[in-house]
Amino acid sequence: MKAVASGQLSVVSHFLRLYASRLFVLAGIFSLTAIGAFAQVIDTSKLVFGEPYFRVAIKGETIWTMAGDNIKNGVVLIGAGGKIEAVGTAEQVKIPANYRVITAKVVTPGLIDAHSVIGLNGYLNQPNDQMALDTSSSIQPELRAIDSYNAEEFLIGWVRQFGVTTVHTGHQPSALVSGQTMIAKTFGQTVDEATIVPTAMIAVTLGESGIAPGGKAPGTRAKQIAMLRNELIKAGNYKGEPRDLKSEMWKKVLDREIPLLVTAQRSMDIINAIRLAKEFNIKIVLDGVAEAHMVLNEIKQSGFPVIIHPTMARAGGETENMSMETAAKLKQAGILFALQSGYEGYVPKTRIVLFEAALAAANGLATRDALASITIDAAKILGLDNRIGSLEKGKDGDIAMYDGDPFEYTTHCTGTIIDGRVVSETIR
Amino acid sequence: MKKYIYALVFVFLFACSIIGQEKAIAFINARIIPIVGEPIEQGVLIVQNGKIIAVGDARTVRLMANLETIDMQGKIIMPGLIDSHSHIGEGSGADGSSPIQPDVRLLDSLNVRAASLQRAQAGGITTVNVMPGSGHLDSGQTLYIKLRDGAVKVDDLLIYDKAGNYMGGIKFANGTNSIRPGGGNFPGTRSKSAALVREQFIKAQEYKAKIVKAGDDKTKMPARDLAMEALVEVLDRKRVVHFHTHRHDDILTVLRLQKEFGFRVVLHHVSEGWKVAEEIAAAKVPASIIMIDSPGGKLETVDLNYANGAILDKAGVLVGFHTDDYITDSRLFLRSAGLAVRAGMPRDKALFAMTMAGATMLDLQDRIGSLETGKDADFIILSGDPLSVYTHVLQTWVDGKKVFDRANPSDYLIATGGYGVGADKYIHIDCFDDDLFGGQK
Repeated sequence: MKAVASGQLSVVSHFLRLYASRLFVLAGIFSLTAIGAFAQVIDTSKLVFGEPYFRVAIKGETIWTMAGDNIKNGVVLIGAGGKIEAVGTAEQVKIPANYRVITAKVVTPGLIDAHSVIGLNGYLNQPNDQMALDTSSSIQPELRAIDSYNAEEFLIGWVRQFGVTTVHTGHQPSALVSGQTMIAKTFGQTVDEATIVPTAMIAVTLGESGIAPGGKAPGTRAKQIAMLRNELIKAGNYKGEPRDLKSEMWKKVLDREIPLLVTAQRSMDIINAIRLAKEFNIKIVLDGVAEAHMVLNEIKQSGFPVIIHPTMARAGGETENMSMETAAKLKQAGILFALQSGYEGYVPKTRIVLFEAALAAANGLATRDALASITIDAAKILGLDNRIGSLEKGKDGDIAMYDGDPFEYTTHCTGTIIDGRVVSETIR
Repeated sequence: MKKYIYALVFVFLFACSIIGQEKAIAFINARIIPIVGEPIEQGVLIVQNGKIIAVGDARTVRLMANLETIDMQGKIIMPGLIDSHSHIGEGSGADGSSPIQPDVRLLDSLNVRAASLQRAQAGGITTVNVMPGSGHLDSGQTLYIKLRDGAVKVDDLLIYDKAGNYMGGIKFANGTNSIRPGGGNFPGTRSKSAALVREQFIKAQEYKAKIVKAGDDKTKMPARDLAMEALVEVLDRKRVVHFHTHRHDDILTVLRLQKEFGFRVVLHHVSEGWKVAEEIAAAKVPASIIMIDSPGGKLETVDLNYANGAILDKAGVLVGFHTDDYITDSRLFLRSAGLAVRAGMPRDKALFAMTMAGATMLDLQDRIGSLETGKDADFIILSGDPLSVYTHVLQTWVDGKKVFDRANPSDYLIATGGYGVGADKYIHIDCFDDDLFGGQK
């Protein structure tokens, strides 16, 4: 499966300019969120000021590089540019004198949440902080996620404390075409600092969740597909003048520049998505797919990757037939997939992909494959495996650290590093 | 041919029923976590007629004759989990007509064939406090049920007290869920919420005074009032108030009401309990908490804290857990203990919170919640450490009868999910389905 969305997308450099005043603001935010028995506030005295980027050496008893075998008693060196300089055993990689040394029992690549709505939907869950869905129209591919992304939203800091360093986030799966998605690092004070892909995909929702309320279209599954086909046919005739934001986006879909992220839970919706993609020769990523275990061959044959629902998603409505073993079955079928935290309308306002992968690992998925679903395989689906998802020389210095098996309930995330910066040392 | 099969089935069921009623079952070679008392590495558990008749170290427990033995091969046995707050069974309570409806019973609405009951069995839950919602100050009477198999009516799931009454509490709520500005007679503020509740309890006090005054003279008794009768049970400390409350100030409001009217209360959710742990401890009020992956989702839960259990426990509060199913999945209930330990709660306290604490909150501490001789044979068999994500509930037993078995393909499907699992319950035809045979119990 060729990774989607790479290359053509403009990638905004997100390296952060770090100022002391900002750090203190951050420390303040952390202290607010980290009250409790295990609270630890970032010790700013440990951070080196006056340098644009940190030089860090992470020593791990076990390093899951996700690019080959694990390394026992290894070292990851991250240089001044925030990129990984070296990965190897302690014998192979010597730590230069001016590097800050951090030790952890288990080291993994920074986790990637392949589909979320954080940054757009805030944790207060009040109308003024819910920006992932506009209900004025059923088809709005022109809505950019970056125009709603609040880089300092609480939940971004929350998932970061569990090791999540990259999120694919955007408009929620609740309208036929709810808007665009984006990819961001979970650090930075502004959207520009955080963003690495401003427009990643266009969120499409089929099935019951994609039905418009109040008698508006689409009111049925058949109408959903008819509307999408009409849009794509219309966009095929679009010549660029006069400018039309919707058509511009559909054109990019037709030109295979941007994939559709098609949320389809029921098997019939999954099949509809594949049929639509074949008709227009467009790229799609299948999302949710609660009934994927019923149409594994069809998904496999389509060649499209899957971002599967959270393992702990609630079984009800159109997800009534979901299974905690679907991830294992996708793996067995040879389908590229990633796990996601998904969209939550109430409590918890976000899930944590680490825990979703853990439960998949408890339900038939090998530990390595479960970790891959929130690191390198997620990176492949997002088209960023040349940059994140594994610990290899030249890749971003994104690291998650744990004091034991990352998937165990009683293990803690002991720290998170993004582009070589220690962005969390809260024990979670 | 058909006749032949019927005959075979009959013989099979007859044999089963004899085993179920007469023969004791010994679970040997088990690692037993009795909750009350230290874990037993080489343990034996013997059950008969729905009760635990012996539990202890293999070297001290005597195996009697005529005993079925099951080798646990080192697997873990612990008491069935007790969920002190759940919404399984598609039950309902109060309607939209008023904010306080003590006369409404969840009893009258439970669907015993709901798939959610089976999922709870798969999660190792054996006893549940099924509650109506939190959209009212008082949404009605809750129901304590055991997750027995083969129920065709709610009566099959009930738990009876010594006086022969089925058991349950009453649901109250404060904070934002029950506040409906402009919602007719519903409160618009926290002060109004408290005032409305106080007003009702004062009425109940007056109603009770009339009953006391009437004494044995039935002619002087006040006219029957179902709502008042329920609240008098609360004032008499016979019916426990299960109080939905999140914010620190709302929690203190509950304690204030409790002090004024003297009822027995269990705090539920208690998201900011960690901020007022000393106050809760001083009031000697238990807390049934929920473990949620992230703070927020509503204004009252922005300060959710994984360490809530650890902090409350340290302050001396009796801490239990609940699923609030559909908020968290009953199949994943054990996760609560794991996450609480992650945030500093001692392991033994976390397991106590899954079992005995809940039993105590439901006034069932003498019957369930631990593995002790004479208690109900409600227990679960686990593949490993109860706090590990990799551990599965292998079997769930209620009243000495197996109600979930992961080795059974249809039960396995319920545990993991899959096609048809969302559909509501079919009736098992198995050894323990008494109701198919004249309902003898």
